Amino acid sequence: MTRSIGARAFVLSLVILAIFLAAWHVAVGSGGGGGGQVVDPEYAKLVGAAAATGGQTPMPGPIDVGKAIWKHLSDPFYVRGTNDMGIGIQLAYSLVRVLIGFGIAVAVAVPLGFLIGMSPLIYRALDPFIQVMKPISPLAWMPLALYTIKDSSLSSIFVIFICSLWPMLINTAFGVASVRKDWLNVARTLEVGPVRKAFTVILPAAAPTILTGMRISVGIAWLVIVAAEMLVGGTGIGYFVWNQWNNLSLTDIITAILLIGLVGMVLDQILARLTRLVTYPE
Amino acid sequence: MARSYISIEGIARRFPAPEGGRTTIFEDLWFAMERGEFVCVIGHSGCGKTTVLNILAGLDETSEGAVIIDGKAIEGPSLDRAVIFQSHGLLPWRTVLGNVSYAVSSKWRDWPKARVEEHARKAIATVGLTGAEMKKPAQLSGGMKQRVGIARALSIEPKIMLMDEPFSALDALTRGTLQDEVRGICRNTGQTVFMITHDVDEAIYLADKIVLMTNGPDARIAEIVANPLPADRSRNEVHKHPAYYPVRNHIIDFLVARSRSFTEELAQPGRVWNRRAPPIVTPGAPDAAPPLVRAV
Repeated sequence: MTRSIGARAFVLSLVILAIFLAAWHVAVGSGGGGGGQVVDPEYAKLVGAAAATGGQTPMPGPIDVGKAIWKHLSDPFYVRGTNDMGIGIQLAYSLVRVLIGFGIAVAVAVPLGFLIGMSPLIYRALDPFIQVMKPISPLAWMPLALYTIKDSSLSSIFVIFICSLWPMLINTAFGVASVRKDWLNVARTLEVGPVRKAFTVILPAAAPTILTGMRISVGIAWLVIVAAEMLVGGTGIGYFVWNQWNNLSLTDIITAILLIGLVGMVLDQILARLTRLVTYPE
Repeated sequence: MARSYISIEGIARRFPAPEGGRTTIFEDLWFAMERGEFVCVIGHSGCGKTTVLNILAGLDETSEGAVIIDGKAIEGPSLDRAVIFQSHGLLPWRTVLGNVSYAVSSKWRDWPKARVEEHARKAIATVGLTGAEMKKPAQLSGGMKQRVGIARALSIEPKIMLMDEPFSALDALTRGTLQDEVRGICRNTGQTVFMITHDVDEAIYLADKIVLMTNGPDARIAEIVANPLPADRSRNEVHKHPAYYPVRNHIIDFLVARSRSFTEELAQPGRVWNRRAPPIVTPGAPDAAPPLVRAV
């Protein structure tokens, strides 16, 4: 009873995981190698070799997936041709694209957001554009990007850029516009110049809001990169998932799904940590 | 005629009214302050006290007229005029030392960091906060935050201090201590102070002159009370001074009734009042005549 709520929650999480894995195991039948599985002949005819020869269950159990994860993680960085690369390499491709697109978006959104937040005129002038652009699914830009950029990898970076842009732009502008009047007056009475004011008063005051925008953006970017790579193909974790779907390798797909979740969580946690660093209690 | 140190000359402030036209907060306001004077302004909310202070600080602009300080018209904020904000206005992401150093390094931009810090520490020591330099404002009590605000204002060695109800958010005990300290510091450094307050006792204890403003819109400076208490006063003795209650009653009478009905008072036959030179009254002084007309 004396144990902290954190420890108890952790135990409960493990119990939930165990129940889920057990239920999954029971639901898919024997699992683990699945030797005795009777394949419906009609189905075998439909799916062809994959189901008929390998004796593989169409839906893998937790043990199969565990094995697949082990296989992938023990050798994540191998390259055996364009369609056979380690899952680590594929994730790295996706991450690099996200980081480049996100980085460019930061470089554009933060200064532009500053400008919008500081000038009510520019805010009003740009507002209709932002309102129209913001709800557009980033993937809708893909054909236009492919047509103009003519490079699939750059196009997916562009899509990441465009989807990361809006939350950061809006949050930066909001953060900058809602800096307390008192703090600005302090800077004014101290005759602080505009550049010094921007860096010593407005930026620290708006930093938590700006970083929250970045956190939202990086989350969206990670969601979008998978879909974008499914479309453009070539490399990346999205392409990996699509490729394994074509191979009907569900264990690999589930492995990839889990890793996508983990990487997304890590990205989110990094930005959450950064947000906490710049947050100030009032 | 020699000009006073601070000379408010016919200033007006108007805002666009919601239904067209313009609302006049005050107009044709005249007032002068000498170097080293401690002036308190008393009036009800909405009479434009804070607007006057903001104009003096350079944070707000006049619609008409000008404020001349030391022979120069005010054009925007200046490091010669320090403002102590009602809500202390500390930057929450900076420490106490960081907040004060920010002001110091704004005033003396070429000072090396060590010199800035040394100067800031001195100002922090003046308000009795030594030991709290590395704390963030959120870790301080209301009184301590206001002390930091005072230290920040003092650190830039201003010629004029402008205070907007600096103690109104504090409990009575802290308020008393801070009043004593501010009075001591201002007297020692010969500061010229313009302070807004709602607290009659505070005004009597601190001020050399108390400006009484009528209710807005179209607020006026009705009278200036020259405080008859001696310059050397102690908190425990002020209320025993024979002039204390006459002054206090005079101000409270004004706040309760006359601030509202001042225009009617002026309409009385024989009542003389000049915008450019509001009467200076000294209630409780032997030769003080009561105001010509009492409001009903």
